[in-house]
Amino acid sequence: MPAEKQITAEELAKGQREISISEFFVKNKHLLGFDNPRKALLTTIKEAVDNSLDACEEARIVPEILVEIKTISEDRFKVIVEDNGPGIVKEQIPNIFAKLLYGSKFHRLRCSRGQQGIGISASSMYGQLTTGKPSIIRSKANPKKKAHYFELNIDTKSNQPKILKDEEIDWPEKKTGTRVEIELAAKYQKGNQSVDQYLKQTAIVNPHLSLVYINPEGVKTDFPRATTELPKEPKEIKPHPYGVELGILIKMLHDTKSKTLHHFLQNDFCRVSAKVAKEICDKALLDSSARPERIATHEAENLYKAINQTKIMAPPTNCVTPIGEELIVKGLKKEVDAEFYTAVTRSPSVYRGNPFIVEAGLAYGGSLPSDELVKVYRFANRVPLLYQLSACATTKSIATTSWRNYGLSQSKGALPAGPVVILVHIASVWVPFTSESKEAIAHYPEIIKEIKLALQEVGRKLGSHIRKNVKAKQQKERANLFEKYIPEVSSSLSKLSGEKKYIIQECLEKKLKKELPILLGDINKKDEKGTTKG
Amino acid sequence: MKKAQQKDNPEGELEKLGKDIVSQIKAMKNPEITIPVRALSNVEFNKKTKTLQLGNKEGKRSFFNVGHTKKFLQTVEVASISKNLLNEGKHASLRDVFYMAKRTIPGTKVNVVDEQVESDAVVEDLELISDLSREQLNINANKNGSVAGRVVIEDKGDTIDWSKLGSGGWSVPSNVEDITFKKVNAKYVLYMEKAAVWENLHEHKFWDQHNCIILSSQGQTTRGIRRLLQRLYQEHNLPIYVLADYDCYGFYIYSVIKFGSINLAHISEKMAIPGVKFLGITSNDIEKYDLKKHFIKLQEHDLKRLKQISEYTWFKDNKHWQTEFKRMKEYGSKAEIQALSSRGISFMNNVYLPEKIKNKDFLD
Repeated sequence: MPAEKQITAEELAKGQREISISEFFVKNKHLLGFDNPRKALLTTIKEAVDNSLDACEEARIVPEILVEIKTISEDRFKVIVEDNGPGIVKEQIPNIFAKLLYGSKFHRLRCSRGQQGIGISASSMYGQLTTGKPSIIRSKANPKKKAHYFELNIDTKSNQPKILKDEEIDWPEKKTGTRVEIELAAKYQKGNQSVDQYLKQTAIVNPHLSLVYINPEGVKTDFPRATTELPKEPKEIKPHPYGVELGILIKMLHDTKSKTLHHFLQNDFCRVSAKVAKEICDKALLDSSARPERIATHEAENLYKAINQTKIMAPPTNCVTPIGEELIVKGLKKEVDAEFYTAVTRSPSVYRGNPFIVEAGLAYGGSLPSDELVKVYRFANRVPLLYQLSACATTKSIATTSWRNYGLSQSKGALPAGPVVILVHIASVWVPFTSESKEAIAHYPEIIKEIKLALQEVGRKLGSHIRKNVKAKQQKERANLFEKYIPEVSSSLSKLSGEKKYIIQECLEKKLKKELPILLGDINKKDEKGTTKG
Repeated sequence: MKKAQQKDNPEGELEKLGKDIVSQIKAMKNPEITIPVRALSNVEFNKKTKTLQLGNKEGKRSFFNVGHTKKFLQTVEVASISKNLLNEGKHASLRDVFYMAKRTIPGTKVNVVDEQVESDAVVEDLELISDLSREQLNINANKNGSVAGRVVIEDKGDTIDWSKLGSGGWSVPSNVEDITFKKVNAKYVLYMEKAAVWENLHEHKFWDQHNCIILSSQGQTTRGIRRLLQRLYQEHNLPIYVLADYDCYGFYIYSVIKFGSINLAHISEKMAIPGVKFLGITSNDIEKYDLKKHFIKLQEHDLKRLKQISEYTWFKDNKHWQTEFKRMKEYGSKAEIQALSSRGISFMNNVYLPEKIKNKDFLD
């Protein structure tokens, strides 16, 4: 048997080369939300709308957004998203729309919709890969100047923008704003995970947003705003020591401008006082005056352990901005036709050094179907989560809350059934997702605990509403029973008193006719009182 | 119930009740029936007569009130049933009344009465409303209980000798108003909670040996028996001794016979026997006859009941009974009459009862 031919390292090296960003993208598009044509359409719109909302809020502009999907052919659509945001300066436009992993949001800790800066450029690339068409961007940053018009491609090898067209144009109907057009292979379909659903849910948790949506069939839907009040501007915070992983700690040590370890700990993190910094250094057996970039890997490891053994005050929580109970109810009332609405905003809490707030809202009755499982609307930093319902911490929290106490039917370990929409919102500087596609919230016990407390609170309000309802209904039914009781009572009384039955019956029926509206009126009054209370 | 005996036309009384309701209806009023409240809150302990008496609280039961409608119908229905019985000169048992009233109201899934307890309660209400006793309404309870002794009575023309009725004794009817005592030869009456204990005593002819009357019912004392005890006490000056389990329910049986019951406070005068004595089982007996090894642990509900009973006004100022309750709580246990049998089957007949009675070792 001849010996098998050995392969040398040199030969192996021939097959090894740098992976281009586009190749990586094509192989891993599920990570970024482009698994299938239907989802690609949603992801593209979602990234564009999220960007518009973040930009408007940062610039303190009350957002007005247009979303339009034009059918090009059966499996090809053009997505247009236009906002009244602050616009983008000329130099940044190519980088934002045609360079992957470019953005401002990745490097900072604050409550915003997008987090990785991968979104909109990934949509551009997906469009380019599936249709060959460039992305068309127009943006106006100064009301007195002209708008910029770009046609952009991405150089898939070098991850650099390729500018096909760069012009100045008139855009008189906009003071400022940005308009994105991306053509892509996609599929339009209604249902739970549709663009329609995403926009509806976005309108609920962004009651300050005025949205116009034109679907591929040319049907226009208006989502009017319920308030002109913008969400409070989120504050940026430094990372909390508990929230930093070893790799990031090493990178931070390397990149810091601080000259000593002591300064580094005190300046680059929140909640680290001089005393705490010294305590950490002592525990890690490191000199507090050491230069941060000189800290070796094993020393960084000690530092990491020391941090987690030191008691550090929880991070400030004013950097997290909830929607608020009142606005959640307004948002629900605007988009969900029900008879009873309630919401609760929990106090801030902390997981792994990251502050977060949980909010829950609930709509009940009205035109909601009563023979189905409840509808769950999940949000992270005001962004609807439409996929991976069952993997999400919200779903687990809802299923493990006992809704029977609150008047809904529920099989063990399942979502409850009934005419109910349950809304759960998590706001945090860093929302933990189960994967990069940001579709489900990870199961941190601290987060599940907060969600459950919020659910229990809205559940209790629902329960008391349902009980009042049931009681009023029963009373009405029983009031109608008078009619049925009258012949019986008349017959017994006739035997007892010797009076003729029909005489007694006629009198009672007359009395009932006079009395019934008052009796029912009484019940209705009580009923109304109950609803407004709840 | 002072007036009750004077009312010799019960049928007319019921008809009057009906006519009153009908006239309210004709006046286009919401017809209502006034009923004294039957609950602990409306029961007073009269220290003079030493009986429970109904207070002055009254409730109204009206037809056009969703919460009252059904009860209203039940009340007039039972009243008309009773009137019919009186009219035809027949008697019915509580069970019969239940079936006579039970039917489904057309067009609904509602029955006029669903359980006998409902119609039983309405009969008690009707007694209060009409001021007539159940017996006068021609409604009987189920008979329950046996008696034996050297007594001869006459009942509906029959002469009955309580000493010659074999192993079963005379079974006490629900209405004992019409019997007459021809001959009573006894020194006292021994009433016991348990039929099994009565059978044991009867088998040994305890009543013959000790010249007494033995009487029992199963569990709570029925009206017929309470009335029989009262008549023996009042008409023949016989002392009455109660033999019951060493538990709250035994104590309450004694309490009902002595002071009257909360539920039937309106007829206490006719039923209560203030002179009755509690023979046993007492905590002294437990110590003296070494019954601790037959203790049964008190449950949650026993403790609750014990607390309730100890707070009743008629026990509150009674030192002996308070000691008794306190000791039971300390034991955390109760015991049955039959625990005495552990000392031999004849121990109760030959030792316990004679000793207790001779020494007048009673609780009052």
